[in-house]
Amino acid sequence: MSTKPLQHLTKNAPSWAGEMESMLDAYKQAGGNPNDLNSPEVATLVVSGNEVLGSHSIPGVHLKATPIDNGVRAYISVDPGVLVERPVHLCFGVIPAEGIQQIEAEYDIGEEAHVQFLAHCSFPNAVKVTHNMIANIHIGRNASLIYTEEHYHGQTGGIEIHPVSKINIEEGGKFTSNFVLTRGRIGFLDLDYDVIAGKDTIVELVTKAIGSGDDRVKVMEYVRLNGENARGLAKSRVAVKGQASSEVNTTTEGNAAGARGHMDCTEVISDQATASNNPLVWVTHPKAQVTHEAAIGTVNQKEMETLMARGLDEEEAVDLIIRAMIR
Amino acid sequence: MNPFLIIENLTLKKEDSTILKDINLAFFPGKIHVLLGLNGSGKSSLAYALMGCEGYKPAAGQILMDGNDITNASITERARLGISLAWQEPVRFEGLPIGKYVGLGAGEPNREKVVAALEAVSLPAKTYGFRSADRTLSGGERKRVELASLFAMRPRLAILDEPDSGIDALSIGEVANLIQHMAQTGSAVLLITHRPELITIADTASLICLGSLILTGKPEETSQYYQQRCQSHQGTLGSQPWMPTAPLQKTEKGQEQQQS
Repeated sequence: MSTKPLQHLTKNAPSWAGEMESMLDAYKQAGGNPNDLNSPEVATLVVSGNEVLGSHSIPGVHLKATPIDNGVRAYISVDPGVLVERPVHLCFGVIPAEGIQQIEAEYDIGEEAHVQFLAHCSFPNAVKVTHNMIANIHIGRNASLIYTEEHYHGQTGGIEIHPVSKINIEEGGKFTSNFVLTRGRIGFLDLDYDVIAGKDTIVELVTKAIGSGDDRVKVMEYVRLNGENARGLAKSRVAVKGQASSEVNTTTEGNAAGARGHMDCTEVISDQATASNNPLVWVTHPKAQVTHEAAIGTVNQKEMETLMARGLDEEEAVDLIIRAMIR
Repeated sequence: MNPFLIIENLTLKKEDSTILKDINLAFFPGKIHVLLGLNGSGKSSLAYALMGCEGYKPAAGQILMDGNDITNASITERARLGISLAWQEPVRFEGLPIGKYVGLGAGEPNREKVVAALEAVSLPAKTYGFRSADRTLSGGERKRVELASLFAMRPRLAILDEPDSGIDALSIGEVANLIQHMAQTGSAVLLITHRPELITIADTASLICLGSLILTGKPEETSQYYQQRCQSHQGTLGSQPWMPTAPLQKTEKGQEQQQS
């Protein structure tokens, strides 16, 4: 297995060292701290296009990545019982203006293991870029995974991303996903999560995005609360302006006693932007309960007036409300 | 002492109804003016009209600040001139840290001011500074945050719309102290309240009934009149014009008061 600390890679100045520097810059633009990638105590994986620029495992955390056509296949596992103290850092990106990147990832979180992933996906120069991510995530009994994914797509909107994740949570497990795309343009975001939650599990899916121009946001989330006392929350916060559009489609099934699910969607629109929310509640057990709430429209007038009464102008007030909402 | 802010003959209409009629009031630096009245009498409408909220543009009359007509000024312009409002039912802001909200009106980011304002309303900054001003706060906590926000802003006119509602009885004294402190530091306060403990800290008081100021004078007397003549009619809202027995006259401050 390749376990190359990044500092060694950059020191040796291989032919793609320039690309490494570009990726680190891109990583920074997406909100990451490049110093984290150089720490020997932090497990890291850096992929640019279909090149694995760096892969560093640590005891209990194994990262293996191999190039495939237009991308990389990655296998990431955490040994049972391991408490990973510092987040695993993942960095995916495409530096050129055009390109296709396909990431196929398998995550296996062992029983009683606890880990956090920070994934930064950066496409700073994208004019015609497609990024496909297909992830299968398995979370073992009483294990927990927090997956925070922050994107930066540059300023042109010339990008399509299709993150597709299938998540299976065993009894007592916990999965939290935070997907954030709030800087620069979006392009087309086509997010698709499908979660199977076992007994006594907790799943939280949080999506936050700000779109402008002709950006498109499409969120598909399916939470299957199949085990007793499974808990699920699907929360979306999207703001769109200009000609942008947002479509949030969420389904939660309550299929066992004590299962509790909630879908919470807020979409703020301005200019000619449009938004829709389609929550579907499907309950097959009499002792399960699934609820939903949605608010779509402009910024609340009283919220705006309250901030204006503190001296902000209308534009500043709207911006603060939206930034706070997607914080 | 001259008033820095004067409301002259202000009339507010909504559709065909007159919400406020010929309101005359004046505000002085460091003075607390309490506004009494039953539910639906126009207290909050006056507060919103003074703040310049949408839908509360006067049909007649004017608001003068330092001699300048600000009747058509926006909320932002009024806030920047030093007028601000603590809402009776403050909105919740998802994701907005309390510390940031409280510091908004304080001008340049000033951590000390924010900490002092939060502690003035018994909200420890360490606990509350980074919490969101959202629906996880209780009604009382949110009200305290609203008061802290105005306290940090130090406006020239602080409009406090029932700052005591939702606050537990034991804490009313703290609210009173805070308002007095605001006045001591130069803010004029328009205080809308029903609580006797707060009425006693005011310098002057007005009673509003069906959109008209029917009495302006000393807080104790105005409150007594309100309690004796108005509160007994609480159940017949809008049906009784509780006019004072004696005609009204202008005070030297431009306010109206009952002839003795």
